[in-house]
Amino acid sequence: MKIVVENLHFSYPGGVDAIRGVSLVIETGEQVALIGQNGSGKTTLVRHFNGLLKPTQGKVLVGDWDTRESTVARLAVRVGYVFQNPDEQLFCKTVQDEVAFGPRNLGYAASKITTLVNDALAMVELLDQKETNPYDLSPTWRKMVALASVVAMDTPVVIFDEPTTGQDAASVARIANVIAALRERGKTVIAITHDIDFCAENFERIIALGLGKILLDGPSQEVLGQEETLALTFVDPPQLTRLGKRLGLPGVISNPQDFLEAYQSYINTDTSLHPGAGERQPSQS
Amino acid sequence: MVVVDVNELTYTYPASAKPVLSNVSLKVTQGEFLAIIGNNGAGKSTLCYAMAGFIPHFFRGSMHGSVHVAGKDTHVTSLYDIVQQVGLAFQNPFNQISGAKFTVYEEIAFGLENTGVPRPQMMERVEKVMALTSITELADRSPYSLSGGQQQRVALASILVMEPKVLVLDEPTSQLDPVGSREVFQVIKEMSQRGMTVVMVEHKVEWIAQFADRVIALHDGQILLEGKPADVLASPLLEEKGFGLSRYTQVARQAVNRDLWPADRPLPVTLQEAVEGFSRVSG
Repeated sequence: MKIVVENLHFSYPGGVDAIRGVSLVIETGEQVALIGQNGSGKTTLVRHFNGLLKPTQGKVLVGDWDTRESTVARLAVRVGYVFQNPDEQLFCKTVQDEVAFGPRNLGYAASKITTLVNDALAMVELLDQKETNPYDLSPTWRKMVALASVVAMDTPVVIFDEPTTGQDAASVARIANVIAALRERGKTVIAITHDIDFCAENFERIIALGLGKILLDGPSQEVLGQEETLALTFVDPPQLTRLGKRLGLPGVISNPQDFLEAYQSYINTDTSLHPGAGERQPSQS
Repeated sequence: MVVVDVNELTYTYPASAKPVLSNVSLKVTQGEFLAIIGNNGAGKSTLCYAMAGFIPHFFRGSMHGSVHVAGKDTHVTSLYDIVQQVGLAFQNPFNQISGAKFTVYEEIAFGLENTGVPRPQMMERVEKVMALTSITELADRSPYSLSGGQQQRVALASILVMEPKVLVLDEPTSQLDPVGSREVFQVIKEMSQRGMTVVMVEHKVEWIAQFADRVIALHDGQILLEGKPADVLASPLLEEKGFGLSRYTQVARQAVNRDLWPADRPLPVTLQEAVEGFSRVSG
């Protein structure tokens, strides 16, 4: 399901110009991360994809549908949206009902709903909590219920607004697994995130927004290497990218494996990197 | 001077069989910046609630042991008196917005109104704290029209404006962009250097290492480790228990196996430590 944004402008009532001329195409099955400072328009932009917001100017196409002429309910068949705050979307008495709510509203057969619910709950490791009230779970697990309730709708496009905030390492890994599973199924995944390391490790394309405009859009490695432009929208490159740069390693490094290989080959060829080769120098700090 | 004194605290939520905190003891001295790390469900927020008097005054359940804040036993002190000493910023800023105010300016003044601060002082304090948290330009907006990160700054400002002796912050940068997070850490550090006692729950290890004076790692409701950031945050025990480590620590640990990082050198937590370590090692 292709998403096309053409010269989009959006102003909130009261005059805040949140989007100031954005054009982009997201192809079927792409994994795209949206980054940028608070207030740069990330959430405003993705809320156009499921019709929660309508363009002030320009247009957004989801497949062959113009969002200006489609209701949110209709677009829900094509675009699933996981809110930043799970408490804005959870209201059923049990986890199972919550996750079944979406597919039920899309009018699927009972057997298909059961399959979708079980599959989504397995993905977020909540199969054993079907009968639990979502509000008896911790905020972390409520986030997983919210995730599952959207995944279960089986939409071709899934949007995650800040999926990793407040999550521990195990939970972030779980979210990465969900994204990988969706990628395998050919879904388009769009995520808003401030977690740049998570972004580097899980997304092939990154779009950086600043003050309602696109600053950078391209393959992750390319975008993450643009330190000066990223600074304009208050984003630091990933930790290992910064480390590689400080050490003078070539290329944009975004994971431990790449770092160790680049470092190994660099010290094999460049002795200036380690003036005290063979012996350890006393630390200066 | 000890400002927060948690003594053998065990707490169980109502209708729950298992305690969330078991026999937790800790002291925080005046002007100290203590960071608390831990996995989801470790009891971090519960500990915040206990230090801010929400336990036992708002959450019932069973509490054993004691919590003293600024010398007062929270169990026998009224919430009204406790809030004059402690400010708590919730994990979820959306839940903290009062819903009773139309503008950010009024929202931040809400606590001061409720404690009877005279109007001229109230306005002076509100304006000062808005400048400090970089939200002056949001003054006339509705708190509900803001982005997640902007709301989080408002939530923080509305606690800072109370000028509490003890500031308890539950993941105060979760919604913020990286530069915004660093700014908040800097503001908090400044507060602690001026004598405010700070307890901050956070996941952002690299910045804890740079700003906090001490770290406590909470695991399954108990204190697993406690000490200086550099000692605690690179501890192998943390990795074993599934804590998130900085990428610098992770990569250096793998580098040890390849003889790219000396086994006897402490693992790095910050960029600077990593740069120093990797600049000195031979292949």
